[in-house]
Amino acid sequence: MNDMTKAEKLPSAEQILEPSPTSLLLKRAFGHAGMTIGGGVLLVILVMALFSPWLAPHDPYAFDLAKKYIDPIWHANGTWEHILGTDGQGRDYLSRIIYGARVSLLIGFAAMLISGILGTALGVAAGYFGGRVDMVITFIITTRLAMPAILVALAVVALVGSSMWIVIWVLGLLIWDRFAVVMRSATQQVRNMDYVAAARALGCSTARIVLTEIMPNIVNSLIVVATLEVAHAVLLEAALSFLGLGVQPPTPSWGLMISEGKGMMFFKAWVIGIPGAALFAMVLCINLLGDGIRDVTAPENRN
Amino acid sequence: MLRYTLKRFGVALLVALTVSVVAFTLLRLSGDPAAALAGEGATEEDIEYVRKHYGFDQPLLTQYSAWLVKALKGDFGVSVYLKTPVSEIIFERAPTTLILGLCALSFALILSIPLGVLAAMYPNTIIDRTALTIAVVGQALPSFFFALVLIIVFGVWLRMLPISGSGSWLNFIMPSVALGYYATPAIMRLTRAGMMDVLSSDYIRTARAKGLRPRVVLFKHALRNAIIPVVSLSAVQLGFMLGGSIVIETIFSLNGLGNLAWQSIQRSDFEVMQAIVLTVASFYIVLTFLADMLNAFLDPRIRVH
Repeated sequence: MNDMTKAEKLPSAEQILEPSPTSLLLKRAFGHAGMTIGGGVLLVILVMALFSPWLAPHDPYAFDLAKKYIDPIWHANGTWEHILGTDGQGRDYLSRIIYGARVSLLIGFAAMLISGILGTALGVAAGYFGGRVDMVITFIITTRLAMPAILVALAVVALVGSSMWIVIWVLGLLIWDRFAVVMRSATQQVRNMDYVAAARALGCSTARIVLTEIMPNIVNSLIVVATLEVAHAVLLEAALSFLGLGVQPPTPSWGLMISEGKGMMFFKAWVIGIPGAALFAMVLCINLLGDGIRDVTAPENRN
Repeated sequence: MLRYTLKRFGVALLVALTVSVVAFTLLRLSGDPAAALAGEGATEEDIEYVRKHYGFDQPLLTQYSAWLVKALKGDFGVSVYLKTPVSEIIFERAPTTLILGLCALSFALILSIPLGVLAAMYPNTIIDRTALTIAVVGQALPSFFFALVLIIVFGVWLRMLPISGSGSWLNFIMPSVALGYYATPAIMRLTRAGMMDVLSSDYIRTARAKGLRPRVVLFKHALRNAIIPVVSLSAVQLGFMLGGSIVIETIFSLNGLGNLAWQSIQRSDFEVMQAIVLTVASFYIVLTFLADMLNAFLDPRIRVH
């Protein structure tokens, strides 16, 4: 018995050991309200996108003109069969929203990957080599910024023909500027560190220095930009689809749903309100997550 | 200062030239312009005729240099659809877009600068949080959706504002709000960060210590210095807004460059498309050039670099 009481007084292992950096990071992450909310809601949307065939109550393409514009459940004449109502062709709105999450996330993510690879390569090269290389790449970035992204995207998509993959490529090749700008300045900060000089003195190749010494130290800002660029791409895709030059019907895209519901919005505001709210919630949560990652990984940089 | 100005000017010209090359190539290579112009149901012969007539059969470099020589004289060709010189159409439409852009920027500044200043004066209070919320919402709200919501609320439910056309200044209120709101977060955050920096600096402490009235310290000493980066950001944002006005102009049927771009895309009107991309890019280039100049004028350290 005596031993037991003694053991209780002893500090636990957790109290003796310094908390590991990972556990500190997780603690900060879960203590950050914006990040927890944003990440949580985003997780729900991600599950919606991944498992849409199992989650959607109806086929998002099945139309029935006899059942068009049924009101959502919170209206007096709403039905449980179509919780969010139906669109102008009698297609179940909830199912289309669920499938729309898939389209938005896929486009946002794929466009971010393309622009991320391109922008990071340019930015790191400019930041690491400096001098002439930096001058040329800075010029390319300035030129890209001068081109009105949405105008160029619309013109190219109109000419090439619009499909989901074309939208992804056009957006990916257009929105790499922020990656390049942020990666360039991040690399410049790291380039002159002692450990990079040490690696160089050891005779490491440039590729190795960039991959093993520079990249791990700028990956935090890369993740933040990547998150915010997914949101950017999602917004641009929605705008393109809204103008009829993005994802083509009958594919359920939130931007396209707003465009299709535009004619009815004066009579039934929910027709544009539901996909608009979905779009807003998704972009908001991605941004909250991105801001959260920035605050959590670099608390000293907060203003 | 002169050397810096000339260098910046040279870069600006080079950027404009590169943009024109890229825009030209993109529009020529993205599809078959002759087939697009000839329209659906055109025979091979028709397409071949169109190709010859507009010179699409020439090498790209020849086409570009011919176009550039004319463009430098202010001749952007003739619109295939409207049959009028492109430069005339652009001149007719540009003022609407410029007015819209300036109104949108004014709205963004009126909303974001006071909010940014207040947020910096009272950090981590309810005011700061409200300002932050407005910024976060502005970043996530798609401008076209916001525009439609404004139309429903102020145009249809409250019947306060006209929902389309560009007849009176009332027509510009909703488009400016919808377009300008998207620029608010960036400007507000920069104002807040700048003010926080300045307010904790030594010369503000000195100004307070010698007994100046808080209002004088705030406006004459702090805001003046904090506003410098905001000015150049505003110029850049205005450039972006002119490019992004295509969505807003089509929604509100404002007859500006954006709406023209939208119509030209649907009519496969290349010459006009090209000219609009170049015009909007030129606005952006001129604006950033002016911003650079202003910054260098206000902050001599920039000139030396």
